[in-house]
Amino acid sequence: MSKSVTIGNKKATITPFASWMTVFVLIPMALVVYYAFTTDSGAFTLENLKWIYTYRSTMFLSLRLAFIATVICLFLAYPIAYSMSRASEKIQRNATLIIMLPMWMNFLVRTYSWMTILENQGLINSALRSIAGLFGTEFDGFQLINNRGAIVLGMVYNFLPYMILPIYTSLTKIDNSLLEAARDLGSNGFHVFKRVILPLSIPGIISGITMVFIPSISTFIISRILGGGKDFLIGDLIEDYFLGNSGVVNYNIGAALSMVLMIMILIATFFMNHFDKDAKTSGGGRI
Amino acid sequence: MKKKIISLILCLVLLAALSSCGGNGPSGEKQSINVYNWGEYIDQSVLDDFEAETGIHVNYTTYASNEEMYSKIVSGAASYDVIIPSEYMISKMISEDLLAELDFSNIPNYKYIGEEYKGLSYDPDEKYSVPYTWGTVVIVYNTKYVDEEDVADESIDLLWNEKYAGNILMFDNPRDAFALAHVKLGHSMNTMNPEDWYEAAEELKKQKPLVQAYVMDQIFDKMLNEEAYIATYYAGDAITMMDENEDLAAYVPKEGANMFFDSMCVLKGSQNKEAAEKFINFMCETEIAVRNAEEVWYAIPHTAAFEALDPEQSGDPLVYPPQEVKDKCEVFINLNEETLILQSELWINLKTQY
Repeated sequence: MSKSVTIGNKKATITPFASWMTVFVLIPMALVVYYAFTTDSGAFTLENLKWIYTYRSTMFLSLRLAFIATVICLFLAYPIAYSMSRASEKIQRNATLIIMLPMWMNFLVRTYSWMTILENQGLINSALRSIAGLFGTEFDGFQLINNRGAIVLGMVYNFLPYMILPIYTSLTKIDNSLLEAARDLGSNGFHVFKRVILPLSIPGIISGITMVFIPSISTFIISRILGGGKDFLIGDLIEDYFLGNSGVVNYNIGAALSMVLMIMILIATFFMNHFDKDAKTSGGGRI
Repeated sequence: MKKKIISLILCLVLLAALSSCGGNGPSGEKQSINVYNWGEYIDQSVLDDFEAETGIHVNYTTYASNEEMYSKIVSGAASYDVIIPSEYMISKMISEDLLAELDFSNIPNYKYIGEEYKGLSYDPDEKYSVPYTWGTVVIVYNTKYVDEEDVADESIDLLWNEKYAGNILMFDNPRDAFALAHVKLGHSMNTMNPEDWYEAAEELKKQKPLVQAYVMDQIFDKMLNEEAYIATYYAGDAITMMDENEDLAAYVPKEGANMFFDSMCVLKGSQNKEAAEKFINFMCETEIAVRNAEEVWYAIPHTAAFEALDPEQSGDPLVYPPQEVKDKCEVFINLNEETLILQSELWINLKTQY
């Protein structure tokens, strides 16, 4: 009996994955495209696309914040990942655990807790206020929440692990003998980094960027919790059209906006993969 | 129609996937109903009592606005038996044939509902709804931070007072937010004149730089922690907050405010209409109505329960406003399609003006 299903049987092994992808990825995506190009009654239209133009400033804002968050993540993550990869195995194991630890908690809880930290009566400001009190001065507190900075902070905090881990993985895969060879041939520390380590870690950087940029650009709850619900990001806009919080449910406009978001992500991924291809020829790891 | 078919297919696919995962066994026989209510709007222990008394299990979920509830129901994403919308949403849902006619022989406790709450404009023939609570929108402020002279005239202008820039909380739903702007401008909050809506949108735009955050249930945390000084919310919740933080006070703005009636309804297509009606009847039992009222502090239309309330509550003018205050208030009606579209556009516009 068991012989009939061999590991080599490609069809049998790929069926679960293929059907999963069809039901939960392909069909929904086809529906998004379908709605984007139809009216409420199902007739073909290009009318929905004009909303993309109407909401261009929302898209640019989302792009900008996601870009900033990604850059900050990259600059924070690289040194962390680098020092992790150079550390002893025990430290590496523990560091990975610590980085993963916040992800054991629900995303919403993590984001809400920032509210308690950043608020005017929150941890940071009350601490600063009591320090100011020691010196006998009045301190009003910093405006740390309900602004764009707080939104970016929320993105960086939530998505940083997705940047650290792929970079770390690609760094650990670098063969130590390559570094030794570079040194033997007279490279100084900076040169080794620039000519050997950095190029070899590009695949990790690329997947890190993708994994931070995509959730950042499509987030909607971070802007509501940490941004005070004042400025819509593209994700808020899409949610609003699908849930009708503003009084009107319009799947068609929502779908058109989602489609643009998908296209933007696709373009970004395409560029990233392009980089990746160049890097792959020289080896390196990717998770 | 197409939307419905597609969502139906998707639901079926999901259901097929889920039901094959595990059988419920004999316990699956147990009756259950799905109740969908506003957040912070019930004494939760009532649900256990209902299950103990009738053996019917209640799956209880909450929403933050009428619109959220409505879109979830029309999307077909979930099926509910009992919902508790506000009056204008009820008339919208009646006109769209979403509500089931109630069998009042299953709801004998309907007799306790005061006559003045029966047959109101949203359900004139008393067919679809059983009133649950009512109340008004009020302005809540913290007496520690807000100067007395700014609240002396009990005006709605407090929400636009630049002195408190960055410390004002505003409704995060367009119907309530626009109603406040309309009141400020002296419009009816049910106006369907586009000009009025554009003017109201201008007011909200002017207010936006002063607003700390647009929130719904988060208002509790922010007002109790004194993160914000001024907010506007529903009376019962305001009183709950005042109970927990003694520095808070509230008033119904002298220019007027929205008065709402939230009523229990059964959705058409409820799989368990009789159990749903049993639930509504249970909620109208005097003892249960008292417990709910004591928990949520909204005004109740239940005459016997009202009598049984602590006079401190039944005599509170914020909960049961006197007639002259009621006269200033206005009840929402269902806006027509064009106005709803305009409202949505103006609201999104407000949120996308950076």
